[in-house]
Amino acid sequence: MKQDRRGFLNTLLGIGGIGAIASIIYPVFEFLLPPESREPTVSSIKAGAIDQYEVNSAKILKFGREPVILIRKDSGEFSAFSATCTHLDCIVQYRQDTKQILCACHNGHYDLKGRNVSGPPPKPLTEFKVSVINNEITISTMEG
Amino acid sequence: MAKLTDSNVFKWLDERVDLSPLTKLLYHKKVPVHSHTIWYYMGGVTLFLFIVQVFTGILLLMYYVPGENSAYESVQFILNKVSFGWLIRNIHSWSANLMILFAFIHMFSAFFTKALRKPRELTWVSGFILLLLGMFFGFSGYLLPWNELAFFATKVGTDIAGAVPFIGDWLKILLRGGDDVTGATLSRFFGFHVAILPAAFTIFLTLHLLLVQRQGMSEPDSFTKLPDEKKKYISFFPDFALRDFLLWLIVLIALLALTVFSPWDLGIKADSLASAPEGIKPEWYFMFMFQTLKYLPPHIWFIEGEVFGLLAFGAAGVIWMVLPFIKIKKKLLIESKYYFYIGVFAIAFIIIMTLIGYLS
Amino acid sequence: MKNIIRRAYVLFVGTVIFINLPSTVRAYTLQDKVDNCFVCHQENEMLPEGFSENDIHFTSGIGCVGCHGGSAIEEDEEIAMSSKFGFIGVPDKKDIPATCGKCHSDIEFMRQYRPRIATDQVSQYFESVHGKKLKQGDNKVADCTSCHSAHSILPVDDPRSSVYPLNLPETCNHCHGNSDLMYTYKLKSNQYEEYSKSVHGVALLEHRDISAPACNDCHGNHGATPPGIQSISHVCGTCHVNNQQYFEKSNLSTIFSEAGFHGCEECHGYHSIPKPSDDMLGVGEKSVCIKCHDSGDVGYDAALSWGGKLNELRTIHEHAAEVLAEVVKKGMNDVDIDFALKDVNQSLIQLRTFVHTFDSKLIVEKADEGIVLANNALELADKEIEEYYNRRIGFGFATLAFVILAFGVYLKIRKSSNVKHES
Ligand code: HEM
Ligand code: FES
Repeated sequence: MKQDRRGFLNTLLGIGGIGAIASIIYPVFEFLLPPESREPTVSSIKAGAIDQYEVNSAKILKFGREPVILIRKDSGEFSAFSATCTHLDCIVQYRQDTKQILCACHNGHYDLKGRNVSGPPPKPLTEFKVSVINNEITISTMEG
Repeated sequence: MAKLTDSNVFKWLDERVDLSPLTKLLYHKKVPVHSHTIWYYMGGVTLFLFIVQVFTGILLLMYYVPGENSAYESVQFILNKVSFGWLIRNIHSWSANLMILFAFIHMFSAFFTKALRKPRELTWVSGFILLLLGMFFGFSGYLLPWNELAFFATKVGTDIAGAVPFIGDWLKILLRGGDDVTGATLSRFFGFHVAILPAAFTIFLTLHLLLVQRQGMSEPDSFTKLPDEKKKYISFFPDFALRDFLLWLIVLIALLALTVFSPWDLGIKADSLASAPEGIKPEWYFMFMFQTLKYLPPHIWFIEGEVFGLLAFGAAGVIWMVLPFIKIKKKLLIESKYYFYIGVFAIAFIIIMTLIGYLS
Repeated sequence: MKNIIRRAYVLFVGTVIFINLPSTVRAYTLQDKVDNCFVCHQENEMLPEGFSENDIHFTSGIGCVGCHGGSAIEEDEEIAMSSKFGFIGVPDKKDIPATCGKCHSDIEFMRQYRPRIATDQVSQYFESVHGKKLKQGDNKVADCTSCHSAHSILPVDDPRSSVYPLNLPETCNHCHGNSDLMYTYKLKSNQYEEYSKSVHGVALLEHRDISAPACNDCHGNHGATPPGIQSISHVCGTCHVNNQQYFEKSNLSTIFSEAGFHGCEECHGYHSIPKPSDDMLGVGEKSVCIKCHDSGDVGYDAALSWGGKLNELRTIHEHAAEVLAEVVKKGMNDVDIDFALKDVNQSLIQLRTFVHTFDSKLIVEKADEGIVLANNALELADKEIEEYYNRRIGFGFATLAFVILAFGVYLKIRKSSNVKHES
C-alpha cells in the first residue's frame, strides 16, 4: 500500500516534471528557430530569375509592407518603383502600349524613370534599386 | 527518504571538491515556523521573477534590434513572426512588473517583521539598492519597444530628473544622451537595460543572498519570546526549498495565465514630431511620486514645488535606506513606538497616491 | 555744363558697377549707354507710380523709350521728349495692346529673348471680352497693364509677379471684386470670395499648391472669356480626365446638353466648387441629385441606391482601417491586412470617379468589388485579433503539466512534513 502511494507520487512528479520541462523547452526551441522572413525591416527582396519576366511587361511585388512595381523595359533592363501613386495611394500599373506607368484612379501618368508626367500625381514615384546577379533579380532600397 | 548526499554523483564530487560547507549550509540552516512564515517566501518569489527576466531577456535579445527605425519593427517582428515570440515578450513584460511588486512586498515584510535589525542592516541596504535598480530596469526597458506611450513617458520621466537641483541638467543629458529623447536615448537605455543594470543587479543580489544564507532567517519578536519547546522549525533543505519551489510553480502558472489572458499591447510607433497623446502615465511604480509632484504647489517657501518634492523624495529614500542605523535619543528607531506607524504611513501614502494617479 | 558733369559721373559709376551687377546696371545704361529718361526722372523724383527696377523690360535694357518713344540719349529734355524722336507720352488706353504688340507680336524680335515665347497675346486679347469691349470704346475694361502692371512687369514664374499663380486671383479681383464697376456690366463681384473658399482656391491660396487652377486655368489668359456650355466639361476635363470621359459617355450627359445644363457645374458649382463629399450622392440633405429628382422617379431611386453603395463601401473601409489600427496596436501581423486595405482604398477612390458614368450596373459592380475586398481584409484582421486572444490551447497543455508537478510537490511536502523542535 505504502509502496503504491510512493509509486503514485513518483509517477505524478515524473509526468509533471517532464511535462513542465517540455513546455519550457519546446517554446524556447521554436523561438530560436529563425522565422521565414529573417529580418524585421525589409531592405531587399528577391524577385526571381530574369527569364520569368517578358520584355515590355511589369509585375507588382511586395516589398515588406510596400507594393513595388518591377518593370522590364524594351531594352531588357529592369527598373523598380514604389507602386503607390503619389496622388491618393492607388496602385499603379504598367501600360504596354504607351510604355508609361499609369494610375487608373485619376489617369495619372509617370514615365519609365518614375517622373510624374501628367495628371494629378504631385511627386515622382520612389525608385528602387534592381540588381541582377547570376540571372537572379534583387530589389533593394536606394540607400542600401 | 533518499538524501541528496547518498547519491553517487554527490559522492564523486565530494571526493574531489569538499562539499561539506554546502551541505552544512543546506541541511543545517533552519527556518522558523510561525504565523508570519509566509513572508519568508517573498524574497524567493522576487528572485524567481528575476531569473525569469534574465532568461526571457536573453531570448528577446536574439531578435531585438535597437534603433529608431528598427526597435519597434523588431518587437513587431518578435510578436508576429517569431514562433512563441509573443509568449516570451509577454512573460518578460509581466514578470518585470511582478518582480517590482514582489520586491515592494518583500521590503515591507522585512520592515514589519523587523528583519532589518542587527545583524541584517547590510541585507536591508543591499535590498533597497536592488529595488532601485529594479525600478531603473523597468524604466529603461519600457522605452525599448519605441512606442508612442513609452516615448512620451520617457520624455516626462527624464524631464523630472532634469529638475533635480545642481545635477539635474547633467543627469538629464546623461540619461537622454543629448538634449532630447531620440534614437540616441534608445541606444543608451538599451545599454543600461542589457549591460549595466544586469551587472550591477547581479553584484548586489549576490551580496544580498550571501548575507541571507550566512545569517539565516531572522526571528520575529513573537517567536523569540516563545519557550524553546514551542519553537518549531523546518530545515531549509529539502523542506523549505520544496515549499519555495511549489510557490514558484504557482507564480509561473499565474504568469502564464496573465500572459495569455491579458497580453500587452505593442502600441503605435513613436513619432518624435507628433504631439503628445493624452494621459501619459509613468509605470505604476513611479505613479505615487509622479502624482505627489503634480499635487505640490508651484512654490514651497523659496523653492519650486517640483524641486522641493524631488528633494523630499531623495531625503526619504536615503532615510529609508539607512533605517536600521537611525537612533533617536540613543534609542534605535526600530525599537521605538513610532516605527510601526512610519511603515503604515509609507504604505498608505504609496497606495493612496497610486490610486489617485490612476483614478484621476 | 551741369549735364556734362552728371553724364561723366554716371558713365564712370556705371562702367565700374556694370561688370559686377550686370542686370540692374545694364538698365541704367541701355546697351552701355546712359538712359537719360531714368536719370532725369529719378533725380526729379518723377518716376512713374509703381515703378520697379526689377521690371523685366527695364532689366533687359528696354528703357522708357521702348514704350513712350523719345530719345534716351539726348540730354536736353525738350529735345529728348519731342515728336522728332516719336515721343508719345502716356499711350492712350485703346492703344496699349498695340503698343505692347509692337514687340510682343513680333516673333523675330521676341525670339532674341525667349526662343519659345508665344506671340499671339494681342490677337487673343482682342478675342476676349476685355478686348472686344475695348475695341468698342469701353475704357473701363482690362488692358495689358491692368493685369501685368505698367512699370513693374515680371515674368509669370516670378513669385513677385502680379500674374504668378498665387497672386493672380488677387489681380483679377482688382476689378472683378469692385461691385460698382461690375454692376455696370451686370456681373457679380463675389467670385474671388467664392473661389478662395473652393477646393481649388484653398489648394492654391492656403496650401500654396501652384498646380491648382487659378482664374486663368479655366477662363484662359489673354483670351479670357466665360467657358460656354459645350466647353465647360472640357475645361474641367483637362485635369479631371477620367471624370470627364466617363461623364461624356453617360446618358446623363446627353440629357444635360439637351436641357441646356452645364456639365460639371450643375452638381459641383463653379467658382465655389466645394471639396466633393460622398454625401453629394444619394438623397440626403447635401445630395445634389435631389435638386432635379423627386422621390418616385427613376433618378431618385438610382441616387438612393448609388449613394447607399458608396456609403457602404466608405463605412466598411473606415471600419476596416480601425480594425487594422487595433491589429497594429496589439502587435499582430498587419502586413497582409494593410495590402488588402490598399485595394479597398483603391476601389473606393475609383468608385468616386466611376459615379460619373451614371451607369447603375458599373457603379454597383465596382462598389461590390470593393466591399468584397473589404470583407476579405476584415476577415484577415479578425483572424489576427482572434489569434491574439486564442493562444490558450498551448497554455492549457503547459498549465496542466505545471499543475500536476505542483500537486506532486505539494503531496511530497505533506508527506515529508517534518517540523522539528529546537533540539
Ligand atoms: C529586488 C530584488 C530582491 C531580491 C531578488 C531579493 C531576494 C531575497 C531573498 C531570496 C531573500 C531570502 C528569503 C526572504 O527572506 O524572503 C531575501 C531576504 C531579505 N531581503 Fe531581499 N531581495 C530583493 C530586494 C530586497 C529589498 C528591496 C529589501 C529591502 C529594502 C530587501 C531586504 C531583505 C532582508 C532584510 C532580508 C532578510 C529577511 C530575513 O532574514 O527574514 N530585499 N531577499
Ligand atoms: S490616385 Fe493615382 S492619380 Fe489619383
